[in-house]
Amino acid sequence: MQLALIVLLPFIGAVLPALMIRAGRNACAIATFTVTATALLILLVQAPRVFAGEVLHFRAEWLPSLGLDVNFFLDGYGFLFAGLILFIGLLIITYARFYLAKEDPMGRFMAFLLLFQGAMVGIVLSDNILLLLIFWELTSLTSFLLIGYWSHLPEGRQGARMALIVTGSGGLSLIGGMLLLGHIAGSYDISVIITRGDVIQASPYYIPALLLILGGCFTKSAQFPFHFWLPHAMAAPTPVSAYLHSATMVKAGIFLLGRLWPALSGTDAWFYIVATTGLATMVIGAWIALFKDDLKGLLAHSTVSHLGLVTFLFGIGTPFAALAGVFHIINHATFKAALFMNAGIIDHEAGTRDIKRLGGLVHLMPIAATMAVIAALSMAGIPPFNGFMSKEFMLEAAGHTAWFGLAFDPTVAIIATIGATFSVAYSLRYIIHVYLGPKRDDYPHQPHDPPFGMWAPPALLVVLVVLIGLFPNTIVGPLLATSAGAVIGADLPYYSLSLWHGLTPALFMSIFAVGAGYFLLTRHSRAVTFRERFYRPEAKEIFDNAVAKIVGWSRTGTWALQNGSLQRYLAAMTGMALIGGYGAYLGASSAPGSNPMLPVPALAVVGWLLLVGACAAVVILHRERLFTLVLVGVIGVIVSLGFLYLSAPDLALTQISVEVVTVILLLLALNFLPKKTPIESPMPIKARDGVLAVLAGIGITGAVYAMLRRDVDSISAFHLANAYGGGGGTNVVNIILVDFRGIDTYGEIIVLGIAALCIVALLDTAMQGASGRRIANWQVDMRRSADRHPLLLVVGTRVMLAFALVVGAYIFLRGHNDPGGGFIAGLVVAIALIMQYMASGFAWAQRRAGLDYHSVIGWGVLVAGLTGVASWLFDYPFLTSWFDYITLPIVGTFEVASAIAFDLGVFLCVVGSVMLALSRLSRVGRIAEHLDVAEGPMDVDPSLHPNGPPSETRPTSSVAAQ
Amino acid sequence: MSHWLVIPVILPALVAGILVLALRHDILLQRITSLASTAACLAVAIGLLVQAAGGAVDVYELGNWPAPFGIVFVLDRLSALMVVLTGFLALLVLLYAINGWDRRGRHFHALFQFQLMGLNGAFLTGDLFNLFVWFEVLLLASYGLMLHGSGAERLKAGTHYVIVNLAGSTLFLVAVALIYGVTGTLNMADLAVKIPAIPAADQALLQAGGVLLLLVFGVKAALVPLHFWLPATYSSTSAPVAALFAIMTKVGGYAIIRLYTLAFGADAGEAAWLAGPWLLPLALLTIIIGMVGALASRSLRWLVAFAVIGSMGTLLIAVAVFDDKAMAGALYYLIHSTLIAAALFLLAELIAERRGQDGDRLALKPMPAQGDLMSGLFFAAAIAMAGLPPLSGFIGKLLILDGVRDNASAPLIWATILITSLLIIVAFARAGSLVFWKSRTVEASRESSELATRHYPALPVVVVATLIAATALLTAFAGPTMRYLEAATDQLMRPTAYIATVLGPQPVQEPTLAASPEVSP
Repeated sequence: MQLALIVLLPFIGAVLPALMIRAGRNACAIATFTVTATALLILLVQAPRVFAGEVLHFRAEWLPSLGLDVNFFLDGYGFLFAGLILFIGLLIITYARFYLAKEDPMGRFMAFLLLFQGAMVGIVLSDNILLLLIFWELTSLTSFLLIGYWSHLPEGRQGARMALIVTGSGGLSLIGGMLLLGHIAGSYDISVIITRGDVIQASPYYIPALLLILGGCFTKSAQFPFHFWLPHAMAAPTPVSAYLHSATMVKAGIFLLGRLWPALSGTDAWFYIVATTGLATMVIGAWIALFKDDLKGLLAHSTVSHLGLVTFLFGIGTPFAALAGVFHIINHATFKAALFMNAGIIDHEAGTRDIKRLGGLVHLMPIAATMAVIAALSMAGIPPFNGFMSKEFMLEAAGHTAWFGLAFDPTVAIIATIGATFSVAYSLRYIIHVYLGPKRDDYPHQPHDPPFGMWAPPALLVVLVVLIGLFPNTIVGPLLATSAGAVIGADLPYYSLSLWHGLTPALFMSIFAVGAGYFLLTRHSRAVTFRERFYRPEAKEIFDNAVAKIVGWSRTGTWALQNGSLQRYLAAMTGMALIGGYGAYLGASSAPGSNPMLPVPALAVVGWLLLVGACAAVVILHRERLFTLVLVGVIGVIVSLGFLYLSAPDLALTQISVEVVTVILLLLALNFLPKKTPIESPMPIKARDGVLAVLAGIGITGAVYAMLRRDVDSISAFHLANAYGGGGGTNVVNIILVDFRGIDTYGEIIVLGIAALCIVALLDTAMQGASGRRIANWQVDMRRSADRHPLLLVVGTRVMLAFALVVGAYIFLRGHNDPGGGFIAGLVVAIALIMQYMASGFAWAQRRAGLDYHSVIGWGVLVAGLTGVASWLFDYPFLTSWFDYITLPIVGTFEVASAIAFDLGVFLCVVGSVMLALSRLSRVGRIAEHLDVAEGPMDVDPSLHPNGPPSETRPTSSVAAQ
Repeated sequence: MSHWLVIPVILPALVAGILVLALRHDILLQRITSLASTAACLAVAIGLLVQAAGGAVDVYELGNWPAPFGIVFVLDRLSALMVVLTGFLALLVLLYAINGWDRRGRHFHALFQFQLMGLNGAFLTGDLFNLFVWFEVLLLASYGLMLHGSGAERLKAGTHYVIVNLAGSTLFLVAVALIYGVTGTLNMADLAVKIPAIPAADQALLQAGGVLLLLVFGVKAALVPLHFWLPATYSSTSAPVAALFAIMTKVGGYAIIRLYTLAFGADAGEAAWLAGPWLLPLALLTIIIGMVGALASRSLRWLVAFAVIGSMGTLLIAVAVFDDKAMAGALYYLIHSTLIAAALFLLAELIAERRGQDGDRLALKPMPAQGDLMSGLFFAAAIAMAGLPPLSGFIGKLLILDGVRDNASAPLIWATILITSLLIIVAFARAGSLVFWKSRTVEASRESSELATRHYPALPVVVVATLIAATALLTAFAGPTMRYLEAATDQLMRPTAYIATVLGPQPVQEPTLAASPEVSP
């Protein structure tokens, strides 16, 4: 439980600084400090058991099916890292309290810092590699926030993004690697994985897993060629640089190398990839560091170099080298964090970090200077400081490493020595060019030593640097032994923690490095000139260009595809349907159907020719909108006839009434469209669409043909058999609609209703705003009849109305047994009503109808729905129909079915929808054409003026007057 | 008998009827009614989920006609889950919308309830043609909602939306006709029984129908190259509608999962796993097009819309391998991506509102009002969408990567998912850094200072926060969630009990599961 608590404390505690900042900066810092101190305390309590060689575990189930569980374990290695993270965390919090300016939001900073801390501790204590991945990505995210903390600085933003992208992509690679690794090892638990090195290395997935994992480690730990993000991350406030980008987060990569060392190391692939990368990084990082004038830039590249050193040591693969790596992790954390804080002090007090503008600070800042000198000497690997010892170990290990596997193979040793030389040079430069030399009088600020709170944290580290150097066995002996033991997993190799090992080759390499390093520094300006002769790839530029290019390509590509043309979208869809349909058809077995071909009567041929002709005419004449509509009407009629011919009178009736209504509504809508459409597509696009259309037509024809040529046992047999007995009717189509598949019908009438509501919503909104003004200013562009509401039409439709309503009622009532039903009846009645509206004008007729068609739709939906619900009363499912035969005197025996109530709902919905649509369209028309509501049913009403119309009532529409 | 199973469909329909009939003039009454109905749907859905969690499949025979002759609604773990997800999302979206959006056009609430009806119907139905009907209800209601509030850009996108989807509906009919033409049935369980016995002579027609139907569902699910309608539609419509549409793409995904495990699953003979070879390459393309598009986007909403396409690609990849583990992962990802897409669409509007004129565009403007709050929400939502820990996107991605492991194309799938993940990270990092960081370098304008002093209602922000919190809960309770989803997958991949419940005991079935079919009362 304690283990989980160590990880959770910083996460939970992150709330504290965010709140406590309201009580002041000190309260905020103290709260943060307390959180970290508590976590550290809990960790330290475990120390005796860890040092006794015990491995502590915490296990909780999270997502067992994936293998993701909240498993933590604490062994020496984890203890070392957790201790470093929390201990240095304490120092950083103290330092940051004094470093941050008043106007910096400290609460946020401390909260982010704690979140980061929690994630980092999570990484080092995780016993589950998937859990580790989560914490891994969390460090990338928190680091993103911390680097971008000063978000007004472009360097901060760019550095944050670069770090996120580089470490984030490493994280993605790590995801793949971890999933592979867990799969090979048969467990996602690290404590299990590190015992299965032989299984893992024998697996064919070993190499891909290794590469992917290394991708994660190398990006995180800024190994060449992914090192470039780290210097740019230095845009962060210095406490962040010291903490994340020197002491902890960048160590996550090498932590993982060490953690998985028993499982992955020891192969040629491991050696050549890891050791080479490490060595290259060490030398390149050190070389660049030598030429950085920015103190933090110098330290950043030095960090890169030292991370390379540790990577190199782990890569060698021998237990001794691994031990040396662990040792250097400790040492580097101490002197480098101290140096970063030192650089922060200089920046803070002298106002610049530019080495060229510094020098002679020893006279002004003696305390800072003392610390800097000790830490930098340790970094250079000068005795008696701790850096010397681990560097000796490194050179020793390098001396025993054969690159080509030869007996005498000094390549590695030579390169390592060169790296050490550069390292000495830049370390000495930090001392000599910054602190030594004459005092200057052009510092941006007058430098002086910082307040105690700022120098105490690095001082503590510097004390450690000295103590570890002088009394290594006392101070770090046990820690090193347990932690290295945990990495190696076997007995420790022989090593001696002391400054003097006799006259070993490593000592001579070391001496050479110091001498050569100093010499190089004395020739620094010449080295600069030398370096500037060569082309140096500027990583940031390359990176920025790459990102810009990728964004550019994605823009080009995306907008080239997504060009806003409906035609293209439909072409893509049709094309895909063709590929899918034909592809699947041709990919499977088929045989022609066996139904006999029927004779073709002449009538059918005529109908067919008409249909084909009308379709072809639409294609040719589609720019003439009105004419096209007429043709569409023709097509509809022929389709209705086709239904009739194929013995589907219900369909025919429906189709023909739908045709009528549609054409009328479309006519109203067409009024507001240009009467002709312009030619928009160039020939190639027309050709493309033509080919697609023809292929699609062939496909549909083929499918219809194939289906008509075969029989299938279908569920309709059941419908035929049960329509009368179970549904109480002889018109199977109607029984299917209102009974067998009543819910389909219910859905479809709702679709109709929604369509009408959409028209209302669309047109009512369109009447407001810009489009509303456009309609209001509409210029009438067509000649209108002088007699808008002709007498004959009015009288004729009046007569027709009664007939039509009776027909509607008749069709409605007989629907259960003969062609008809609510849907068709609704359409018929709607047509009857529309005729009235056409004859006398919508508004005039509407006043007399006195119906809001919204309500009609609402009633329709409710009546149909409640009819369905009513069956619940009798404990039957929704829409169960009931019927019985009732005998009344005079009338005789007739059937009563609940389906008729449902059909009534259908009827209402249809009438309501059609009329509502009509009302809105005609309303727009009335507004656009500035028409008043007609006063009478017809323009010329003989009954009012038996002696002929008075002249002033003559129609005087503006157009008619022309 | 129990009628709970039809309530999620019937209740919104009746409520919508009342809204149109009697309440259309009073917005307050509409809001109360609409909220009550949506909350009731959610409550019923949760009850159904609890019932389905037991493992029994429940069937409701509409009109009291037995399947396959009548239409049945079927409740299993997956359909229950989808109905709950719909209810939860709808309730939150509605809470967001009543803050003023619903006034900007007419009939918002009626259309919203109809939309709810269509969604629930699509998730519950066990009949292929009935599914078509729900698709139509969905399409029309969503078209109305999409245009809600109007505007030229919205009208154009709406026209594209409705035409493309009507073309899809036409294709649906063609495909259903082909399938009916050789099987003679429309009930999905019955299809599962009939399809294995389809003779070789009819296979070509059957499979052509099957693949065309896949494409129809692909139109809804924004499968490339049928996705073109989505970005403009989602980015131009109002935020609450776009958020509700987060579940619309899932209808397509759901239909694919349902039909191609049930009717074209392991037992489908020659047509077994028909969808896989078609779906996988298209899904891979989808994720690429989506994530690249996100990177290319010049406004927040386009960014989110393309991210939705990308996430549909991820989801469909996991579906396409038709493997138990991957399917369970896909279902988890489905929940995740619905929640987070909705959150991001709503958030995009909140941010845009606080940036002023053209606030949606990814151009340099002063810091949005309530900058800290907005950036915090954006950061969390972006993390979830980009699949970074600790939110559910990461878990979903891990589950999918883990699930597709055994597929022959696993390396390709892994590479595609991981590399495109990077693209979306870059896209969100760039957008967030521009809107919340770089904006600090811009002097406050008159507009921005006016915006900064304005009062913003809390409810919409709470809604967004709730959605993001839901993804956090989905992460924390990933274990129990996955147990449910694995059980749901088990029902999907071995639908014997489903078929037996819908059709009654079948003569030829595997002895293992068919031994004790649960027949509903």
